[in-house]
Amino acid sequence: MTETFVLIPGRTARQGCGISEGKFGDNYQQETNLLLVAAADMERLGLQDGDRVRLTSPAGQVEVPVTAAKRDDLPAGLLFIPYGDVSCRLMGGDTHGSGMPTSKGLDVQLEPIRHDQ
Amino acid sequence: MSNWNQSAMTSDELRIVKDATCTFCGCVCDDIDLHVRGTKIEKAQRACVLGTAWFLNHEIEDGPSCLIEGKPASVEEGIERSAQILAGARYPLIYGLSDTTSESQRVAVAIADWIGGNVDTTSSVCHGPSGMAVQGVGEVTCTLGEVRNRGDFIMFWGANPAESHPRHFTRYSLMPKGMFVPNGRKDRTCVVVDVRKTKSARAADLFLQIKPRADFEALWTLRALVRGIDLDAQQVEHETGQPLSVWQDLAERMKAARFGVVFFGMGLTMTRGKHANTEALLALARDLNKYTRFTVKPNRGHGNVTGADNVVAWRTGFPFGVNLGRGYPRFNPGEYTASDILGRGEADAALILASDPLANFHQQARAHLQSIPYIALDPKETPTTRHATVAFHVAAYGINVPGTVYRMDDVPIPLRPAFESPHPSDYTILTGIERRVRQLLHAK
Repeated sequence: MTETFVLIPGRTARQGCGISEGKFGDNYQQETNLLLVAAADMERLGLQDGDRVRLTSPAGQVEVPVTAAKRDDLPAGLLFIPYGDVSCRLMGGDTHGSGMPTSKGLDVQLEPIRHDQ
Repeated sequence: MSNWNQSAMTSDELRIVKDATCTFCGCVCDDIDLHVRGTKIEKAQRACVLGTAWFLNHEIEDGPSCLIEGKPASVEEGIERSAQILAGARYPLIYGLSDTTSESQRVAVAIADWIGGNVDTTSSVCHGPSGMAVQGVGEVTCTLGEVRNRGDFIMFWGANPAESHPRHFTRYSLMPKGMFVPNGRKDRTCVVVDVRKTKSARAADLFLQIKPRADFEALWTLRALVRGIDLDAQQVEHETGQPLSVWQDLAERMKAARFGVVFFGMGLTMTRGKHANTEALLALARDLNKYTRFTVKPNRGHGNVTGADNVVAWRTGFPFGVNLGRGYPRFNPGEYTASDILGRGEADAALILASDPLANFHQQARAHLQSIPYIALDPKETPTTRHATVAFHVAAYGINVPGTVYRMDDVPIPLRPAFESPHPSDYTILTGIERRVRQLLHAK
């Protein structure tokens, strides 16, 4: 079962602190490898905190654990992940003559990974 | 290479460094009191969570100041190898620059000039599109001091300072009691426009959640309303995700402000539309000046990315994405910008200064960078330094090294370092490379 979502990579305070602490440290690695999903989407897809999903964009594919976004932080259909290696693997190289690859608002296919996979 | 005073730095005596400057983000707060014991900052008074992490995690790290192909080498050997790589390259790239002093930035541009290379900064994957928009429609701007003392309508569009610039609200934009806003927060209206309900949205009087990738449509809706143009309500709501009445209310509030400011972030520059989005916002601010005083400012991320724009502009005439291959500067985002040069596999050598493209760039660019000889200078080990042909472990600016940085509003601010480092500054390394490159080119 695969569904299309819009992915927003962005800054978080914990990710920012992780840069100073060291990018190979636990704080940075954990923060940039965690996908936030709207609670309604989690429930609809039968996902629980810590479950893994596969995200695919035209540029690449990654597997990440998920957690439910707090309160109403995310509307249904939108995903959030702190900037880092995972988000960059889904980013294409075309800058449309601007120097800036499209790095937010990426169309991605989300597929829950079953435990037996 | 260093005048490190070991005895002074190993003392157990507590020293207070008053009014130190934090260089983590573009707020460049210069009111931090550091409690320093030897080479350890124990406390960073008044610093935010990001500033505290910045100051408390830059201790002196053991290890060599230079690695060549992963093996320890002297700094002199590293400079020689770096100069050989750069002077012998056909299409080199100098990239990064945003997390070091303007003094070092100046030398980096000079190296690019001598070798006829490309010079690009992290602006190109940050507010580079904003720089392009400024060239297109101009910028109605102000300092953060004016915002603090005058701003009564504060808007954040695609920006989340509660996470990225934690002291923005308290030091500059929302909370301070200013000359013309004596009651601080009570005298200000705060509006946040974003695709998700960020922490910043929770501080706002009004939050507008718009559709993803609809910033361009939303901004042009506001431009039309400010100019008194009738719009189709159904189409506006369909395209932006908010009813026309909400936009009408917002447009009237903006016109009624005494001093309005829009801070904008990557939510505009990194998404569909990019420079067309920021151009629409800059034009909206210009339009509003028919009714009141209205300004617009990018929320700059890195500590001296604004300095990088300034230095590259006063050295070459352009802020980023500059090619010096013909002996004079040419500016063309998309052609001379790092993401494109690396993504197309064009660069045959690179110098990466205070930046981490192997962690932040797209896959093609990362793969190409790993396939060419390059030099990296950084105070921390990063994916980029790990793969560098020549990696210099340098002293941290603002903590070990003095100099100048530019706050996000283009105000230059001096650094007040806490303690010396046994590692050389990137300025020392860069001036050494520049000197040796000139000798090699002269001998050709």
